[in-house]
Amino acid sequence: MDKIVNNKIKLEFLSKGENVALARITVAAFVSQLEITLSELEEIKVAVSEAVSNAILHGYQNKPDEIVTIKGILKGYTLVLEIIDQGVGILDIEKAMEPAYSTDPERTGLGFVFMQSFMDEVKVESQVNHGTKVVLVKKISTDLKNTAVS
Amino acid sequence: MSLILHSKKDTLIVRVLGDLDLVSADEIREKIDNSLEETRAQNLLLDLSKITFMDSSGLGVILGRYRQIKEGRGQMIIYGIKPSLKKILEISGIMSLMPVCNTEKEAWELLDEKSVKEA
Repeated sequence: MDKIVNNKIKLEFLSKGENVALARITVAAFVSQLEITLSELEEIKVAVSEAVSNAILHGYQNKPDEIVTIKGILKGYTLVLEIIDQGVGILDIEKAMEPAYSTDPERTGLGFVFMQSFMDEVKVESQVNHGTKVVLVKKISTDLKNTAVS
Repeated sequence: MSLILHSKKDTLIVRVLGDLDLVSADEIREKIDNSLEETRAQNLLLDLSKITFMDSSGLGVILGRYRQIKEGRGQMIIYGIKPSLKKILEISGIMSLMPVCNTEKEAWELLDEKSVKEA
């Protein structure tokens, strides 16, 4: 019988680079309640890593004593994640989401590209000087479940 | 994260072990750059087979080193790409930008070929 999963998490941590791994591993453990493929798990980890890195680097401009919040909801086979910071905000969201927007030669500017490639939905809400909320939605494939049945 | 670096002739060989993300990117960049300067290596072979996770911060390190090596008219080759890393490398365009090999042996063969051609 299918296991119906309804669950929620809320995670708050300091805006330190060391916490990026904590964030993606926590979300990976949370979504692993579902029968999920390794490839999907990897994609979710990359998307979370990008969103949290953006919050630290751009939202809080590397200030290590601010708070990043992740809210996660699992409803059936849908994962909804909100990554929230109270940082500087984004003036032009459309431009920020363009590939290779970054002017730093050591940065690829691909953060949003990866989020969009790996998740089914990416929404960004931002207000200058008030912060940014990135909403990531992923519908987990039921391939594993189907394979098990057949 | 840890790094194994060694040089042979005019080539630096780097193996990255662990996660390549925001927190490790700066350290990896600094260690590779210092080593390139110390050894005066012109070429860089980067072994990705022991990387457990990589995001765009990690790709930035690879891209930055590629630009640097090209400026010095050297060759950079990446090898040992696990399936979990393939997608982000493909999306980033890195795989069409620089040579990709399966093993270190193949990377050396390709490097030798390129050196002969350019000689």
